[in-house]
Amino acid sequence: MSAKTQFHADANVTTADEDRRAFVRRALGGYKVTRAKTESAYASWEHARDVASAIKYEGLNHLDAMLEQFEQQFTARGGKVFWASNSQQARDYILGLARDRGVKSIVKSKAMTSEEIHLNDALEADGYAVIESDLGEFIQQLKHEAPYHFVFPCMHLKRDEISALFEKELGSAKTDSPEELTMIARRFMRRHYLEADMGISGANFIIAETGMISITENEGNARLTCAHPRIHVALVGIEKVLPRLADLALFLPMLGTAGTGQNMTCYNSMYAGPRQPGEEDGPEEFHVVFLDNHRTRLLADPEQRDALHCIRCGACLNVCPIFKNIGGHAYGTTYQGPIGSVITPHFRGLQDWKHLSGASSLCGACTEACPVKIDIHHHLLHNRRNAMKEKPALLEKLLWKAFSWFMNQPRLYAFATRFTPWAMELHPLVKASALDPVQSWTKTRDFPEAPPKTFRQLWAERKEAAK
Amino acid sequence: MSGDRTAILGRIREALRVPAPRHHEKPPAPATTVTAPFREWLPPVGPSHGDRVAVFARLSDVLKTEFIDCPDLAAAAQHLAQLAETNGWQKLALHPGALTDAVAKSLPIAQLRIDGDYDKNALEACDAGLTECECLVAQTGSVCVTTRSSGGRALSVLPPHHIAIASRAQLLPDLTAAYELLAQKYAASGYPSFMCFIGGPSRTGDIERILVLGAHGPKKLTVLLVP
Ligand code: SF4
Repeated sequence: MSAKTQFHADANVTTADEDRRAFVRRALGGYKVTRAKTESAYASWEHARDVASAIKYEGLNHLDAMLEQFEQQFTARGGKVFWASNSQQARDYILGLARDRGVKSIVKSKAMTSEEIHLNDALEADGYAVIESDLGEFIQQLKHEAPYHFVFPCMHLKRDEISALFEKELGSAKTDSPEELTMIARRFMRRHYLEADMGISGANFIIAETGMISITENEGNARLTCAHPRIHVALVGIEKVLPRLADLALFLPMLGTAGTGQNMTCYNSMYAGPRQPGEEDGPEEFHVVFLDNHRTRLLADPEQRDALHCIRCGACLNVCPIFKNIGGHAYGTTYQGPIGSVITPHFRGLQDWKHLSGASSLCGACTEACPVKIDIHHHLLHNRRNAMKEKPALLEKLLWKAFSWFMNQPRLYAFATRFTPWAMELHPLVKASALDPVQSWTKTRDFPEAPPKTFRQLWAERKEAAK
Repeated sequence: MSGDRTAILGRIREALRVPAPRHHEKPPAPATTVTAPFREWLPPVGPSHGDRVAVFARLSDVLKTEFIDCPDLAAAAQHLAQLAETNGWQKLALHPGALTDAVAKSLPIAQLRIDGDYDKNALEACDAGLTECECLVAQTGSVCVTTRSSGGRALSVLPPHHIAIASRAQLLPDLTAAYELLAQKYAASGYPSFMCFIGGPSRTGDIERILVLGAHGPKKLTVLLVP
């Protein structure tokens, strides 16, 4: 099945699940309220966005120099950088490391890049036990299901579903308390932080100036992942650069505010190399894997280059009417929501993924919510245009031609509209069936009723009466 | 082995030959000194020490941090002893330091000193971790810890209760000031391998957006401010 057919099929199923939709909508409604409150504490959120965007612009438009600077600083402190053009190279490198260093168990904190390259599958196929330590990711891992939302991985699940999952997979007792469920995961995870030989993380920012990566989290699982395992691997997209360490003074609060409505996320950690002389703990080895995987393809499109500003806060998903209705899984992508619809065609092929850019009401809520001012909804239009340019849809073109010709024939138009009342009479016979010419609309909606008289008739009657 | 370094850098340079349009307003200040003006846009903090304490206290409330503004070191030591008693601590982990030693010296429970290599399982068995910090940040209600100031990476995250102690002068207005301090201390000689801004005890909202404290890290955070 093509990605598009799959998308339509999945979206049909998820939109029909009204109960789940209401549940997700309620959660996102809560986000909206807290975020608005936190945002209002800023002296000027709008200026902050401008500056954040300017800094990202600066970083991205000097990406080569930034990455080299990072590498130089980071290597000087004993870290290793590996540059991966694609997912295969990244997977092979990490697998190679694990084999080479005699790794037995691996603990992971949240990294969307690892979802992108299907790292867990590769490691598990090779016999390594990989534990996702972020609570949401852990739940999705037990469920053998992709994250629903790249910031809130299991926001679609209710507590009884999670309890049932834990009962089945971990043998825990049934409970309807989120606190108890969290403690079950906590107890399960503790040993792994101490026993794992390898910790794998992502990164929210790459700091060029000082050769650091910065990780933002609430749970403390990433901190534990990077504390005791003797090898730390961070898998990072090359676009994550910030020029200076002090830029975080702006980005850390903004990420927290846009992401979850917090003042700042609970833990914001900066890592500069493996354990240094005189330090009590920390990994012996620290590898940063730079992942391209078609990011340079997007970089090469100046019009949409700013899509790489994305700090993956998830705000655009939270406010998106499409996301609220079809949910995260229907997208069929690693990155869901508006930003996913913008970048996936660049990463995985325009013709196969252009349908996502069509699934938009172009309301612009995403663009407005974005802390780094990505022109998201215009990029959806750009994708549509580019897809058409690349592969024109001849039938559609013809239909529009015919339509515009028809609309320019006043007599014919007047004649045809006389038939509307009849058409309305007959429509119920075929409504929503395959014979219905407007089936894709009427399948899930009512068709607006035509008024008994056309505008022209009314106009003529009025003129008559005024005489 | 550094992988596809040349190829990736080549693709980046090729891609950047055409400049991108800007979607943002030019920032009001020159981009090179852009860090100082952050203050103008982020949540404001008043100018006096009292303002800082007030903002920090308000945010501590929001973040579920227990914040104690102690009149002197003895009061801090007393509060610690009280915590030990009410929570039934058996063992406290701490790193050597002027403030940590001063408040823990008369504590009548077992202590694990993190000084050089240590046994991680012993640390895991402790009921609380006591650390100093680089600074407190009023604007965000954060405690800034580093490997250098706070006994490594794990002491402030592995035990279920983290107690951070700071002197009044360490309470800074905002993140910009915190980064200035870190740069002053470490830019020349080398940064610690781990630095972190902590805002309250570990938390999650992954299940139905309901806040649960103590997801993986500490369930409680206490900040003791001493003169
Ligand atoms: S596009 Fe903007 S709003 Fe969406 S996740 Fe990225 S940074 Fe956040």
